[in-house]
Amino acid sequence: MTAADAMSNWDRFVFTFFNADIAMKYGWEILQGAGVTILAGLAVVITGIGAGFGLAALRAIGWKPVNFLIIVFVDIFRSLPPLAIILVLFFGFPNIGIVLPSLIVLWMSLGAVLAAFAEEIFWAGITSVPKGQWLAARSTGLTFAQTLRYVILPQAVRLGIPPLTNRAISITKNLALGSAIGVNEILGRANSALSMSANATPLTMGALLYVLVFIPLVIASRTLERNYRWGEH
Amino acid sequence: MEQFTQEFFNLDVMAKVAPFLLQGLLQTLLLCSFLIPIGLVSGILVMLLTTSPYRLLRWPAIAAVDFFRAFPPLVLLVFVYAGLPFIGLRVPALVAVAVAFLINSASYYGEIYRAGMVSVPKGQREAARSTGLSATQTLLYVTLPQAIRNVLPDLLSNTVELVKLTTLASVISVPELLHSANLARSLTYNSSPLILAAIIYLLLLLPVVRLIARLEHRL
Repeated sequence: MTAADAMSNWDRFVFTFFNADIAMKYGWEILQGAGVTILAGLAVVITGIGAGFGLAALRAIGWKPVNFLIIVFVDIFRSLPPLAIILVLFFGFPNIGIVLPSLIVLWMSLGAVLAAFAEEIFWAGITSVPKGQWLAARSTGLTFAQTLRYVILPQAVRLGIPPLTNRAISITKNLALGSAIGVNEILGRANSALSMSANATPLTMGALLYVLVFIPLVIASRTLERNYRWGEH
Repeated sequence: MEQFTQEFFNLDVMAKVAPFLLQGLLQTLLLCSFLIPIGLVSGILVMLLTTSPYRLLRWPAIAAVDFFRAFPPLVLLVFVYAGLPFIGLRVPALVAVAVAFLINSASYYGEIYRAGMVSVPKGQREAARSTGLSATQTLLYVTLPQAIRNVLPDLLSNTVELVKLTTLASVISVPELLHSANLARSLTYNSSPLILAAIIYLLLLLPVVRLIARLEHRL
């Protein structure tokens, strides 16, 4: 291969994946997708972790039929692939008269999955608090609810933060699945720009935007893990 | 209620599409049969790099792991499948799935092994080395087995995630289980195939998820 050939290959690579003209043309469009991704991500994280926390607190009451239902919900949503849930909600529900916008379907599906994982993580935290703490708190005159609120849950939350961060990141990355049902998030917009421009630059931009959104969270999770490290001898 | 059963639990439709879904299941199992073992082994290699005493190896490896943990697997898959043909590298869908998901899962498995290695006390390695075991022997017989035992629930749960990840292959039309089910749904105008696929995923993964929950609460 001559130097000229190598140069033209390199040019072709840059033209295909890092094309400035295409980037200028579709940049704003894809950036708006990042707005959708970030807002949907916040909605998923807040509702998912909130619901998971609520379910774990409810499970601590120890009412058998309720606990059974919680365990069934958690196990099912931990086992099902998120895309399968999304497809059922998006394609199945309209046939029984429930039409949900694609963004709502995406939010509900990923929110439910995160809620299941978060419940399990908080519950592991709650059960890891020694029984003596319950007894001690109750014997000082705190009610059940107060014990849960001021003694048990703060410890459970602290224990749960590192695994919860990792889980929240890996579930919110599934927002890209929204492109399969027509949500206008980063990947969806990048994909349509790709087919309109016949150039891969929009895909590069989409990928970089996703990394830009998530890399601070990944680095934060590394720091959290170091600070809350388990099994230190 | 009648309408609900007709739409989601239509036994006639389920019986009709079952053989078709079974083919999809075989494809899913085929994907898993190479993604899981290769992922588990390449994760160890990634861990060796990210825990290397040499900064020149360690830092780029950590940066790459973080990069790919921030990279949504579907975006990676579409990038490999739809992006590379533009520079003349047309890869078959199955290869694109293998490449994208191995990069993704090697990063995740690598991080889990690393957490496991960190949890093994330093003295173990020092003691093993001082009895005359080589670095490789120490890794294989002393530190790695303990590391794996410590993070077994995490390794299992990442494996469940990897099986669930194979559903994304349906987006680029690999005929795995979810893709077959979705195709059957559009042909029958009925969602029971999707529910049947969901039931198959539950049968495959629920026992493992239960096992993980038990292992976690034992720890």
